[in-house]
Amino acid sequence: MIELTVYGIVFGSIISLGAIGLTLVFGIIRFANFAHGDLMSSGAYVALFMVTSALAWIGIPDTNFGMLSFGWRMLIAFPVAMFAVAAIAIALDRILYRKLRAKKSHAVIMAMSSLGAAFILRMLILIFWGADSLFYRPGMLRPAIEFPLNIKIRPDQILILIVVFSLVVLLHLYLQKTKMGKAMRATADNMELALVSGIDTERVIMMTWGLGGGLAAAGGILYGIDVQLHPYMGWNFLIPLFAATILGTVGNIYGALVGGLVIGIAQQVSTAFLMPTYKPAVAFILMILILLFRPKGIFGGKE
Amino acid sequence: MEIGGIIAYLVSLAIMAGIYAVFALGLNIQWGYTGLFNIGIAGFFCIGAYTSAMVTTPMPTGIYAQYVHQLFGLDFPFVFGLLGAALVCGIVALLIGIPTLRLGEDYLAIATLGIAETFRLIFNNETWLANGPRGLMGLPQPLHNLVQPQNYNYIYLIIVLLIVVIIYLLIERAIRSPWGRVLRAIREDEVSASMSGKDIFNFKMQSLIFGAMVMGIGGALYAHYTKAISPSVFTPLYGTFIIWVMLMAGGSGNNKGAILGAYVIWGIWIGTTFLTDFLPYTLKARAPYIRFLIIGVLLEFILLYRPQGLLGEEKKVSKLIE
Repeated sequence: MIELTVYGIVFGSIISLGAIGLTLVFGIIRFANFAHGDLMSSGAYVALFMVTSALAWIGIPDTNFGMLSFGWRMLIAFPVAMFAVAAIAIALDRILYRKLRAKKSHAVIMAMSSLGAAFILRMLILIFWGADSLFYRPGMLRPAIEFPLNIKIRPDQILILIVVFSLVVLLHLYLQKTKMGKAMRATADNMELALVSGIDTERVIMMTWGLGGGLAAAGGILYGIDVQLHPYMGWNFLIPLFAATILGTVGNIYGALVGGLVIGIAQQVSTAFLMPTYKPAVAFILMILILLFRPKGIFGGKE
Repeated sequence: MEIGGIIAYLVSLAIMAGIYAVFALGLNIQWGYTGLFNIGIAGFFCIGAYTSAMVTTPMPTGIYAQYVHQLFGLDFPFVFGLLGAALVCGIVALLIGIPTLRLGEDYLAIATLGIAETFRLIFNNETWLANGPRGLMGLPQPLHNLVQPQNYNYIYLIIVLLIVVIIYLLIERAIRSPWGRVLRAIREDEVSASMSGKDIFNFKMQSLIFGAMVMGIGGALYAHYTKAISPSVFTPLYGTFIIWVMLMAGGSGNNKGAILGAYVIWGIWIGTTFLTDFLPYTLKARAPYIRFLIIGVLLEFILLYRPQGLLGEEKKVSKLIE
């Protein structure tokens, strides 16, 4: 049980990375981005392309770091994929959502457009990589370290927690200390007021997509390292992402962090009683309960 | 292909498009007239199909009972299958509506998405319910003993078209009533509809349930057409996404548009199979993804450049206004 909780924290921290981006988009651009899960898969597959093709071609050695299941190639691929997905997210905004905003389309139309974008991204992944599960390192044994209380954790999982923690700290500093971060928070608070105070909201929106896309890519890659890559991985993340976002109150990034951990732990611990295939359903049931009893989430105050 | 083969092909195409027209009509009630964002059509598709299957088949006996498990088997006629599917889908819609209809539109979308995925998981994993991933087979077809089996599709086409017409007339009648006008008022401006003393939650709920019942009938029609169903059919792509594209292409808020959209998009979808025949051999296996990519890009084009669809909404629904 303790072991499942620990796995839940690892899985939950990955959900959190996605949920933080989703909640930023939800709070600032104000629509439900159904493509967010598929941005996560895109990140994982861009990194796969880098690790297995591009960096191999340049001649970066394929050795591991100590007990970890990856080496220099992944270290380079990770930030590159984050930037690439940030660029994809910004490009989607330029091609689709900005035009819809200019036409004063309803938020639901934007959400529908993002649903279309989600399918397009997934189909591209399926066309290039096929429908099978893939690994960054196929056929490698990944031994676990045994900790007290009979908890077995793989070194990769410890690293995942460190990476997520550092990314969240960096994001926190960015939002609190930089001018752009403050502008983002102001826009999330009140778009009109931000606009009249001279904040360039289009730049804020671009930055939001960049951050959201980058974090989603990080989440996708870490999931790929921890488990595997699959074209539908992002789609399966969608319900947990929304559950975490709603639980942590829409627009609240610290809420999304907590929400992600809660949903992740709940999903993993549920495997002690239910078939593991029911994990998305567990997130869904939790989300319905939140909507019934506290629709504004834990940080949203009473209705 | 000889002429008979072409006709048989066109008939099967018209049946599937007709079944999709039923879904598009159901979605039109929810989205086109009320503005409810349901992206879990596949869930109602699935529940409708399974309900009708279990209502119309007998409980497996003898040796079959060891291989086929299902919760119940009533062996009732086809019409009861349709009604049962509508009833169960209505109840499910009620249960989804309770937590979500008081909140923003996005919440309904997320919840319907979740219910569709959850039902697929349940039907896949719970073998006692409806035979798990193997699904149910040998579903009865109405009036099948009237003609030779190879000509049966003509009869089924008539049945499907008849049901499309009945549902079309029913929705047209409802939407032209005071009830329908309230739905459109809610879609346009919830606050002012509420200030006119309309119970928003109740009207939205009725619209959600009405639309879901129509979708349930669509699911039942599908089940008896293919005679075999399994959870792998009811994916977000075939069960939800393509229906949205159909309604948006035909024109949401227009029942004729919903039917037209179903036929046009299904025609394009089938037409792209001929296109992918030209692909190099290595890409053949991935042809369905390329075809769905085309449908996805088509949706984005519609949303950006022709949001009203082919027909657009009929602004005037009363014959009395000039």
